[in-house]
Amino acid sequence: MSLFGFLARPRSAPQARDRLRALLAHERGMAGRGDLIAVLQQEILAAIARHITVDRDKVMVRLDRGETCSTLEIGVEVPHWALAN
Amino acid sequence: MSKVMVVTSGKGGVGKTTTSAALGAALAQAGQSVALVDFDVGLRNLDLVLGAERRVVFDLVNVIHGDAKLAQAMIRDKRLENLSLLAASQTRDKEALTQDGVGRVIDELRGRFDWIVCDSPAGIEKGATLAMRFADVAVVVANPEVSSVRDSDRIIGLLDSKTCRAESGEAMEKHLLITRFDPLRAARGEMMSVEDVLEILAIPLLGIVVESQDVLMASNVGCPITLHNPASPAARAYAEAARRLLGETVPITTPTAPRGFISRLFARKAAA
Repeated sequence: MSLFGFLARPRSAPQARDRLRALLAHERGMAGRGDLIAVLQQEILAAIARHITVDRDKVMVRLDRGETCSTLEIGVEVPHWALAN
Repeated sequence: MSKVMVVTSGKGGVGKTTTSAALGAALAQAGQSVALVDFDVGLRNLDLVLGAERRVVFDLVNVIHGDAKLAQAMIRDKRLENLSLLAASQTRDKEALTQDGVGRVIDELRGRFDWIVCDSPAGIEKGATLAMRFADVAVVVANPEVSSVRDSDRIIGLLDSKTCRAESGEAMEKHLLITRFDPLRAARGEMMSVEDVLEILAIPLLGIVVESQDVLMASNVGCPITLHNPASPAARAYAEAARRLLGETVPITTPTAPRGFISRLFARKAAA
């Protein structure tokens, strides 16, 4: 590292600003109505559970919150015997 | 017409108590009669920052419970006769504050003072919501740092929904006070700029207080900085903020890093 190597440090302020913008856009949106994504997750699982017995250990839930949109991925392992009935 | 002003932030350690003391003193120095009320039940500190810690006999909870008259509990500042303090209680009982009780005390203070400055505890629990509940004006204290700005955003949401003013459909006057600002780090891009914070929080700017040793020295000796070291940049920022609260138009200048350093920085960069 050169004597003035510290000058090459990346500017972190823009990152702070951008992360906050994304986060607050999300938090402001859900103010007062709880976490919509969490509600969706529960209701989707409840709907599936009405038709087949869902083993909680065989359910995969993945959430990715983005700036403009979020993705909620729900994977349910359905055994063949459940479909046969 | 008296005004009730809450000094709030959500996050702890950003400078609410220092700001309450400094703005309260600056308003008193400008000729207003001021009552400072500490809402941080269990962790009071405004008495210490004002140098009145050895004079507290009765506190806010005593007045609410009727154990003491308001006049008995108000501690008059020895340096500024139109500045008084109502200390918080050191009780650990979180239910000590009641909405009715706080409302009655605020009403009584309105009859006696021009300004009632409510120093909010950190967080969004009862103490913080009651500190803002009866306010006409809010000063949101924020540091140019991600967690502080996020919490300030949350607090602004509460000011707009959980206060008497908001519930009766009146506008809540909100001001942003940026504290612990470091011009050098902002210039280097290591700290969010004033513009960044203002754009995100979108409420009017009341002032910018630089990070400074003078602030620590003032609280060490128990004297509001506007009295202890009026010529210091931090004290001037608070005095100007108080004038803005009184309706004066005072232009805000963003503090800049000492001249020479930045140019040296760029000169080095060019040479590297």
